[in-house]
Amino acid sequence: MTASSIATAAYIVASLLFILSLAGLSKHETAKNGVVFGISGMVIALLATINLAVQNAEAVAIVLLLVALAIGGAIGIWRARIVEMTGMPELIALLHSFVGLAAVLVGWNGYLEHQYFPLESLENIHNAEVFIGVFIGAVTFTGSIVANLKLSAKISSAPLVLPGKNYINVGALVLFVILTIWFVASPALWLLILVTIVALALGWHLVASIGGGDMPVVVSMLNSYSGWAAAAAGFLLNNDLLIVTGALVGSSGAYLSYIMCKAMNRSFISVIAGGFGIAASGGEDTDYGEHREITAEDTAELLKNATSVIITPGYGMAVAQAQYPVADLTRKLRERGVEVRFGIHPVAGRLPGHMNVLLAEAKVPYDIVLEMDEINDDFASTSVVLVIGANDTVNPAASEDPSSPIAGMPVLHVWEAENVIVFKRSMAAGYAGVQNPLFFRDNSQMLFGDAKDRVEDILKAL
Amino acid sequence: MRQVKIGVVAESSPGETRVAATPATVAQLIKLGYEVVVEAGAGEKSAFADDVFVEAGASVAGGDEVWSSPVVFKVNAPTTQEIARLTDGATLISLIAPAHNPDLVEALSKRPITVLAMDAVPRISRAQSLDVLSSMANIAGYRAVVEAANVFGRFFTGQITAAGKVPPAKVLVAGVGVAGLAAIGAASSMGAIVRATDPRAEVADQVKSLGGEYLAVDVETEQSTDGYAKATSEAYDRRAAEIYTEQAADVDIIITTALIPGRKAPVLITAADVAGMKPGSVIVDMAAAMGGNVEGSVAGEKVVTDNGVTILGYTDLAGRLPTQASQLYGQNLVNLLKLLTPEKDGQLVLDLDDVVQRGMTVVKNGEKLWPPPPVTVSAAPAAPPTAELPVQKPEKPPVTQGQKFALIGVGILALFLVNAYAPEPLPQHFTVLVLAIVIGYYVIGKVHHALHTPLMSVTNAISGIIVVGALVQIGEPDPKASVLVLSAVAVLLASINIFGGFAVTRRMLAMFSKG
Repeated sequence: MTASSIATAAYIVASLLFILSLAGLSKHETAKNGVVFGISGMVIALLATINLAVQNAEAVAIVLLLVALAIGGAIGIWRARIVEMTGMPELIALLHSFVGLAAVLVGWNGYLEHQYFPLESLENIHNAEVFIGVFIGAVTFTGSIVANLKLSAKISSAPLVLPGKNYINVGALVLFVILTIWFVASPALWLLILVTIVALALGWHLVASIGGGDMPVVVSMLNSYSGWAAAAAGFLLNNDLLIVTGALVGSSGAYLSYIMCKAMNRSFISVIAGGFGIAASGGEDTDYGEHREITAEDTAELLKNATSVIITPGYGMAVAQAQYPVADLTRKLRERGVEVRFGIHPVAGRLPGHMNVLLAEAKVPYDIVLEMDEINDDFASTSVVLVIGANDTVNPAASEDPSSPIAGMPVLHVWEAENVIVFKRSMAAGYAGVQNPLFFRDNSQMLFGDAKDRVEDILKAL
Repeated sequence: MRQVKIGVVAESSPGETRVAATPATVAQLIKLGYEVVVEAGAGEKSAFADDVFVEAGASVAGGDEVWSSPVVFKVNAPTTQEIARLTDGATLISLIAPAHNPDLVEALSKRPITVLAMDAVPRISRAQSLDVLSSMANIAGYRAVVEAANVFGRFFTGQITAAGKVPPAKVLVAGVGVAGLAAIGAASSMGAIVRATDPRAEVADQVKSLGGEYLAVDVETEQSTDGYAKATSEAYDRRAAEIYTEQAADVDIIITTALIPGRKAPVLITAADVAGMKPGSVIVDMAAAMGGNVEGSVAGEKVVTDNGVTILGYTDLAGRLPTQASQLYGQNLVNLLKLLTPEKDGQLVLDLDDVVQRGMTVVKNGEKLWPPPPVTVSAAPAAPPTAELPVQKPEKPPVTQGQKFALIGVGILALFLVNAYAPEPLPQHFTVLVLAIVIGYYVIGKVHHALHTPLMSVTNAISGIIVVGALVQIGEPDPKASVLVLSAVAVLLASINIFGGFAVTRRMLAMFSKG
């Protein structure tokens, strides 16, 4: 039993544990076990690899390794402890960027630390793998950095529109293929530097040209990329554990992106191509009529007399940090015997499942937080719907106006309820730039102001 | 602004029992901001007394005052004398049948008035709520079955009684429009065996849903684009005629509803077919007013043939249910006024850019606007209820099945070629990769939607496994300084992921609690 055979065996065990870890997340009951599986897999893999590494490594390398591990671990745990749940999307995007950058570095090392290859073809393959790994890693890195900056509002979340942006993207890909062939034919450091720059620029441009509301797709897409970057590193290093893990993460991210795209009735390509809400602005001149306003006191009165209430939160609730008062309101109403449930649109928020996490943070029981498909038929028999910081995801135009830019997007049918109270800061259009006829419906009333303050007003009135 | 007054006049045509408003619809009209005046005795035959209208908020007045209202509601088309009673600038809303009554349209356009024909509503789903033809046909279809049952000498339902076995009645419904469907529903709910024919094969499911059996005519037909049935081809007619002959000999009751807009009704049941029917059989020809689907039927009459078959050609089937018919007609009018009163302020606004309103407007201020430009709505095949097709966005056409297969094929071929030519260990890596992707897809597909964020942070943590790569590189014997530095940085970054990812996931999961 050598260190290397121990490592191989440990990797198989670790792969299995990672699969079990993801499987555990399928249910609330098993989710915590899933994390334990994941951690065990990681510990086994790390110990086996460190054991392998220290066999030949020099003292300075070992020290460096342990120091880096300790610093990284400390930073990671520190960030994880202090992050606000509303800041989850930024953190996750940032974490993606680390994987991307690590993949770039591993790729560079793969070139710098030239092994001996018995076959020329193997060396060619190795060189191609270096390029692919670096490319995916670099795209992930800058893409995630931009996503992080956009999500934390450090840069504008409006899409960057360069002329011929789709040609830029395609051109960068073509350039990558050409450079790869060139590099395989005659490896040179400057080619590696060039491809890294191209990939960094592509990642930046790709995400910069996607708007804020498409972020759920972007974040899950980057999640997928970070997985493929790890898988590519696995090819490079002949390491099956990296391949398995990378493929798991890669397909997980791809699946989430698919769900998000479906929830917006858009194809993945059109999200990448960007430009939602810019080109389409049909029916702007339509006269929708007058909207009606309601006070917090009247809303409280309405809620008191209601038998069932559905709350549909959106990104606005996260921005206003309104989840705590909303949770209080839920508790109060439930104590009074009112049935309160939450309807969550798959793309509500800036991250898949973002709303669920926010509500969980505020101690809203997860079994009253339902998905769009689970609750959509129940709106018709609901007394009051509270729309808090959501707009496009409750827009009746999506299902009723075929000329609407968001036509065909599945939405929460809030307008079927007896009363709809919309919490909003102003009458401005939503992210998609589409006016929402819901606001002008006979059964809709607007409650203007900061969502958190208004919900607190309702609580006082109750 | 002053409220506009709506006058509900009494019907003058003999035998008409309906009225253009009921107390229920009057209340809705008042809610829309209108004032309503009903001619004395207008609702009598529909069992709506004057004082019930008054209770609903209308006033009751004599004919002259009602006819001088700026908006006049009526059921039947006005006579020449009645047209003269309208004031200048008035709006008349009633049945007109403009396609069949060019003289009437001509006469109406001589006056500076506006006329909306309730029987010229375009057949698009948005306009269904004001489509009188549908609402009246529904009533007529039901009544046709009741009339047939009245004349028919037997039960509809089959029974086994102490006095012997009673076979169920067999009913054939020709033409599955609104009237046909109503007839199928009524007859089958009375227990009869119901069969139905229609050139449009897509109605088969509708027939089935009401308990009937659809008799298909196996000849290719053209699809209609305006929601009405079209005239059929010759081959079709031949086969259909055979079916009618066969069925006539077998069934007890035939109800025909076949109408083609703007033309004489097609003859479906020939005199020979009628002669082949059993004595005591009943035929209700709902198209009698338009020439009849049955040879020997007389509009408005009951005819008994030599072989004892009764042919009912009643043209007032809807009017035989006056209370119901008035209510539905009145509701159609209310729905129209909702469309014409966007502000709900009792001011009538006619928007000729709207296809529905344009289609119904026969005369506008004395200007003849009939016929309207055609409205094509592809409600043809078994389309979902929304007849207005969504505007196709000028994006790329959807990927066809063929393209999809081609794409998958190319992918598989590429994978095959790469592995066929690549030296070890590449194929082995691909095996692992492909299997892991498949496992990943199935595992992730089951993840609960609320756990998507924890899923992402866990995958974040495990993608930190890239640390393994960096660790291996850092552990190489006799490394270059550059490699050492780069690997150390990579280890640092990846370990942020590992520790941060797992820690934040645990934190999130701890928050989820069950109620």
